Amino acid sequence: MPSVVSIQHVSKIFSDGFKALDGVDLEIKDSEILALLGPNGAGKTTLISIICGISSLTTGKIQVGGYDVESQYRKAREMIGLVPQEIALEPFETVMNSIRFSRGLFGKPKNEDYLDEVLKTLSLYDKKNARVITLSGGMKRRLLIAKALAHEPKILFLDEPTAGVDVELRKDMWQTIKKLKRKGVTTILTTHYIEEAEAIADRIGVINKGHILLVEDKVALMARMGKKKIYIDLTKPVIEIPKELSHYSLELIKGGLAFSYTYDTKSERTGITSLLNDLQSAGLKMRDVQTQQSSLEDIFVGLVEEKVK
Amino acid sequence: MNYRAIKAIYTFEMSRFFRTLLQSFLSPVLSTCLYFVVFGTAIGSRMESVDGVDYGAFIVPGLIMLSVMTQSISNASFGIYFPKFIGTVYELLSAPISFLEIVIGYVGAAMTKSLFIGLVILGTAFLFIDLDIQYPIAMILFLLLTCLSFSLLGFIIGIWAGSFEQLNLVPMLVVTPLVFLGGSFYSISMLPPIWQTVTLFNPVVYLISGFRWAFFGQADVAIGISLWAIGFFTLVCLVVIWWIFKTGWRIRT
Ligand SMILES: Nc1ncnc2c1ncn2[C@@H]1O[C@H](COP(=O)(O)OP(=O)(O)OP(=O)(O)O)[C@@H](O)[C@H]1O
Ligand SMILES: [Mg+2]
Repeated sequence: MPSVVSIQHVSKIFSDGFKALDGVDLEIKDSEILALLGPNGAGKTTLISIICGISSLTTGKIQVGGYDVESQYRKAREMIGLVPQEIALEPFETVMNSIRFSRGLFGKPKNEDYLDEVLKTLSLYDKKNARVITLSGGMKRRLLIAKALAHEPKILFLDEPTAGVDVELRKDMWQTIKKLKRKGVTTILTTHYIEEAEAIADRIGVINKGHILLVEDKVALMARMGKKKIYIDLTKPVIEIPKELSHYSLELIKGGLAFSYTYDTKSERTGITSLLNDLQSAGLKMRDVQTQQSSLEDIFVGLVEEKVK
Repeated sequence: MNYRAIKAIYTFEMSRFFRTLLQSFLSPVLSTCLYFVVFGTAIGSRMESVDGVDYGAFIVPGLIMLSVMTQSISNASFGIYFPKFIGTVYELLSAPISFLEIVIGYVGAAMTKSLFIGLVILGTAFLFIDLDIQYPIAMILFLLLTCLSFSLLGFIIGIWAGSFEQLNLVPMLVVTPLVFLGGSFYSISMLPPIWQTVTLFNPVVYLISGFRWAFFGQADVAIGISLWAIGFFTLVCLVVIWWIFKTGWRIRT
């Protein structure tokens, strides 16, 4: 599949000298849902802002639908809908006028039926003529999404779209995003809810301190998540893994005082029983045994910590 | 050119104006009445005519200019400052529009509002005095040019301002004195010679003088010089705005 957004060696240094992005390379595929995860201050919003034209880039190159975001900004931006992280809305306007404005700004002809449809999808139709100031926080966030959809974008950037949205509506929103995907819309979303990424993303990207640490297919990542680790503490340290145990993929840790063994919870034979038996026949005494389930969260935290060192 | 975007910005801005239409209408009417009562009737009755023009009529162009200039600045500066303040400017920056379209939308709306107010004041003036406008078309053109140049200036102030205090600072500290000292209520020929020379550095003098010429066919400075001055002022504002958008100064991080 061709890239719909192509980000090449993008760096961003703010006027105060802070380097928020450092050589970011990222290819976003047509009609995929990409979840961008990363701790606070990782650079997610900065990256999105640069693609959408809110910030300028210091070095590098970004193309959207084959158009350069700087020299061919009209063509590039026409394709993009953006939901910003911070709620920002004209307080005294009505809901309908707000989305009319967004549509007009992107040069699209009037289409009230389409706008009605967007409001219905986001459960805002009954607030059509309400003033923005009278909406609840979650409604305002949905209005931001409606504004982003008002000009029928091909690419949607959602910067924490579900922050402050209740559980039920969050699930509705996931359905909406999936429906858009079926219509060929590419979605890039940032989130701090890992289950959100698990629920809707096709691929997951992890970013920290301005570096992309990983971009991987969610299914492949889930396969890694389906694994469990068992830690076996020994009473006496060993120098190397005994021959009897060499066919297990063991790892010697804690300076020889423990083994770690990774196995797939989904497979029929985990090999734990035979491993414990063989340990005994090798003459090793166990002091303690612990197991650990790896989740996307662990992978994420692990990655982030690893790179900090 | 993204005409729909210009229309969207213009309509959106004007709807803010229509929401407060009564206020937008009443406050200039009221202040004009007050000026006429105080300057036109109370003080004016003790004054001779200025350059052959009755004092009540003489202050009309200055009065209109005073309001149009301050209104243009406050409308245009607020219009662009407010989206920056509440964060909705993200939408303008991420839309497929150029700086020119943004300026036309915002400045166009600000101009319309101040033009409306200028005409309301003119209408109110007719209630008090007999006015005979010598060059009506020139008068309208001068009014439009003033709305344009001061709305452009207001736009620049709105982009520059980092707080509401700053937003009010320039109009208060710079524009109001310039407008008052620019001959709104007197002819500069009434001043001592040294002050006449100083006054010539005040750009507002040329605007008011030109506008007064359109009313009465006579002015402090030659009409040609007035036109050059206002043209130059507009050009400076346009260049500054062009530079702002090129560099992203105060808007794009
Ligand atoms: N205008 C700015 N000037 C200087 N530094 C900035 C500016 N905007 C952001 N930064 C810095 O850049 C870094 C990345 O910020 P960014 O908003 O992209 O983080 P994020 O990944 O979106 O975080 P969060 O999850 O909290 O939203 C932060 O350290 C932030 O302080
Ligand atoms: Mg962010």
